[in-house]
Amino acid sequence: MTTSFKKVVIIDYQMGNVASVIKAFEKLGAKIKLSRNKNDIEKAEYLVLPGVGAFGDGMKNLKQFGIIDVLSRQVKKGVPFLGICLGMQLLAERGYEFGECKGLGWIKGKVIKLKSPTVPHIGWNDVKVTKNKKILSNLPDNNFYFIHSYFLKPNNKSIIAATCKHGHEFTAAIEQGNIWGTQFHPEKSQSSGLKVLDNFLNYHA
Amino acid sequence: MLFNGLHLIKTIQFDQIRNLGNPVQMARVYNSRNVDELIFIDMKATEEDRPPAYEIIKDIIAECFMPLTVGGGIHSIEVIHRLLKIGADKVCINSEAINNPAFVTAAAKKFGSQCIVISIDVKQVRKDHYVFKSRGRENTNITVIEWVKQVEKLGAGEIFLTSIDKDGTMDGYDLDLIKKVSSTVSVPVIACGGAGKVQDIIDAVKLGGADAISLASIFHYGGHTPNSIKQRMYNAGIPVRFIDKNQI
Repeated sequence: MTTSFKKVVIIDYQMGNVASVIKAFEKLGAKIKLSRNKNDIEKAEYLVLPGVGAFGDGMKNLKQFGIIDVLSRQVKKGVPFLGICLGMQLLAERGYEFGECKGLGWIKGKVIKLKSPTVPHIGWNDVKVTKNKKILSNLPDNNFYFIHSYFLKPNNKSIIAATCKHGHEFTAAIEQGNIWGTQFHPEKSQSSGLKVLDNFLNYHA
Repeated sequence: MLFNGLHLIKTIQFDQIRNLGNPVQMARVYNSRNVDELIFIDMKATEEDRPPAYEIIKDIIAECFMPLTVGGGIHSIEVIHRLLKIGADKVCINSEAINNPAFVTAAAKKFGSQCIVISIDVKQVRKDHYVFKSRGRENTNITVIEWVKQVEKLGAGEIFLTSIDKDGTMDGYDLDLIKKVSSTVSVPVIACGGAGKVQDIIDAVKLGGADAISLASIFHYGGHTPNSIKQRMYNAGIPVRFIDKNQI
């Protein structure tokens, strides 16, 4: 845990539990700003989109706060971007929670419901690391905390960093250049989770 | 972790309250022992008509890098909103679900089913299991089967199932009850009440069909750690989360 004073902006779009995300990054020594201010987003060295809730509500809030353009610009410029849970799902082109809804579209693919006898999928699961990507490097173990009913199915399988199984295989983590995402909650996943956030803060290393 | 507004406590059959000290210190111990999840229930909040102990919950959250469920005194969307804002992941609703079932649906719609745990206190009366309210003092005359079917429909994401008969006794789970409930609903069932030895826990999962196990006395009085229990569960063929060896 070597990171110090990296400027991380956590997007405040009123979707769920941000306190734990802030606390986890602070534990790693990052400088956190919770904001939906365009200037803050423009100045961010790292961007994090957390989120718990429904796909449509998430997109509606991003639109309402008028920050989709500035986020897209930053991502195109190469600013490291981490989407957590709903924050990862919103990267897709389309979601199907409570009807079809357009997403940010930075990741080609869609967000669909888990097909399992028990949904939501809640609990700790081992992930299978499928690609040697930065996001999951040097983990103490492969165990992460999940709480979700939907998952991201990308068109391009090579961006999948890890999968997990609940009824069937689903995407647990992705890495497409500077765009990273986890279906699990690193901020709730003890030492492995903190390592994922630490990897993110060491994106440029 | 059961809380009475001042201390962490443990009960036997919802009675014989014993003081176990400071909840924040206990949360720190549980975090360092890498438990999978913490459930913090303020059992007096509803009875004393006061809001959740936000400041203490905040201090607990500061100690935890694992999921936290908070229960007790959850009667409104605003209360849930505030708990999630300070870092809780789920809320556990008991009395309000019985008094006002529509609240469960409203909360699930607003925050997602994954966030709404319904806590159910059950006692065996003659041959059947009934749902009790007001900390086990009042029989609602609703059978547990009727109630779990209903709360699943209302939008519950998990069921926290406590056997009042077994609470704190450490003489094994009410397997019959767990079996009944887990075979009736498709949402995860957390079994609570009765674990005294590791075999009880293994039985609750393997014979009862519980998806998760809630433990208190066995840690407080039983000389077990989360890790020692998980090792035995793993040996019995139950998938468990293993922990970072460096942190043991």
